[in-house]
Amino acid sequence: MNRRNFLKGVSGGLVLGGAGLALPRMALAMPVSMGPAGLPAGTLDASLLDALPGKRPLIRRTFRAPNYETPVAYLNDLYTPNDAFFVRYHVSNIPEVAAESWKLRIGGEALQNPVELTLDELKRGFERVELPALCMCAGNRRGLFQPHVPGVQWGNGAMGNARWVGVRLRDVLNKAGVRKEALEMVFDGADSGIAAYKTPDFVKSLPMWKALDENTLIAFEMNGAALPHWNGFPARLVVPGWVGTYWVKNLMSIEVIAKPFEGFWMKPAYRIPLGKFPNVDRFITQETAVNTPITDMVVNSLITNIEEGQRVRPGQSVDVKGVAWDGGYGIRTVEVSLDEGQSWRPATLGQDLGRFSWRLWSYRFKPARRGKLTVMAKASNRIGQTQTAELILNPAGYHHNLIQKATIQVM
Amino acid sequence: MKKQLVWLVLLLPAATFAAGEEQIRLKDGLGKDLVEANCATCHSLDYIQTNSPFLDRKGWEATLSKMVNAMGAPVPKEDVPKIVEYLDRYYGK
Repeated sequence: MNRRNFLKGVSGGLVLGGAGLALPRMALAMPVSMGPAGLPAGTLDASLLDALPGKRPLIRRTFRAPNYETPVAYLNDLYTPNDAFFVRYHVSNIPEVAAESWKLRIGGEALQNPVELTLDELKRGFERVELPALCMCAGNRRGLFQPHVPGVQWGNGAMGNARWVGVRLRDVLNKAGVRKEALEMVFDGADSGIAAYKTPDFVKSLPMWKALDENTLIAFEMNGAALPHWNGFPARLVVPGWVGTYWVKNLMSIEVIAKPFEGFWMKPAYRIPLGKFPNVDRFITQETAVNTPITDMVVNSLITNIEEGQRVRPGQSVDVKGVAWDGGYGIRTVEVSLDEGQSWRPATLGQDLGRFSWRLWSYRFKPARRGKLTVMAKASNRIGQTQTAELILNPAGYHHNLIQKATIQVM
Repeated sequence: MKKQLVWLVLLLPAATFAAGEEQIRLKDGLGKDLVEANCATCHSLDYIQTNSPFLDRKGWEATLSKMVNAMGAPVPKEDVPKIVEYLDRYYGK
């Protein structure tokens, strides 16, 4: 066991108890790990449990901009609690937005009638839509790439599943009238860098087809409550199937434009090499000869209830639990191997909440022999894609969907 | 005695729990002041700690270059090599 991984959880638990803050159930029984052992040593050293206002203690990867990871113990359920949901920002100024004075500005050269909507107008003017969907940072598991690549060194918890409520982006835009020359839709949130230095503002664009997809939402509720500030209050984009970078938080403006948007966070940031990944969704107006914006998530899974090195007795029943997801085609199978991948047995899939939600799964077995046992899990989706047996390297460390291994001790 | 030591170690990180940004301390060494003055203007210094120790000198040079050219960090030209030197020595591969 890597002692460094567990130290802070223990002390964090003691202090948290004293502060009267809510702790994950598992944290009381066992310390919260600062992440899988494959993370850089400096990451494990620098990370600690810390609570942002309104949030439970999460794994702090960086302080400013705030990047906080959800401990895996919270990823065991269908929906991730709002106050345990991961936080990811790129720039340091993140003003709190007042709901009463907030107005969403919708305009741009390829829009007929620019409009401003209050939160009330947004909520009442359009059909209310509910959608369970996974929000996952493009760089989830970046810290597990070998060789390591620079960036926020995420472990497994830069993701969460939620029941989003909002209105369809296309309902709002159709009312404002999209011109036929429209090429991309551009989204800006309230966050900003340091103006004096011209830090690139975090602004993202979507191709029109994805922006106008019936499942793309402007959401104002998450798991039955208003969005937490750190997850986008009062409204954020929900772009189901696509990585979190497009899910712009604390949304302030939408522009419909007739040419490809050129901003740092679209180009060169958030790019994957062309042709290296099996993704289906393309963002053609942003493609170059060598790379393309990251789009839909690759098929993936996570074991959520096995601690590395955990001890079990021979003959004792072991329930392996986890989650599985993909870019919106739906999970077909999750398979588990107990013999280093020589044979695979199907896990039991949980409730199907739709193709954008993750799927819970479980697998029960009784280890017979004493010794080390490796548990592997592999998800496949409905278009025949499966997790990779060999990591696909790329400069920014995206799409880590290597088949996971967890070792338990039978003794 | 051994038992006491273990508890001491276990309790140590408690002091840093939920601490403010000023609790993030870089390793002492030549160039630390420059790094603090230039980098912490825009982001907390744990970005350096967490991205270690896997970047070589070239890797830190590329990072500095990104910060200056893409992110707008106003680092005086003459300070760049000194900052790279510190990062490579204390947070390099």
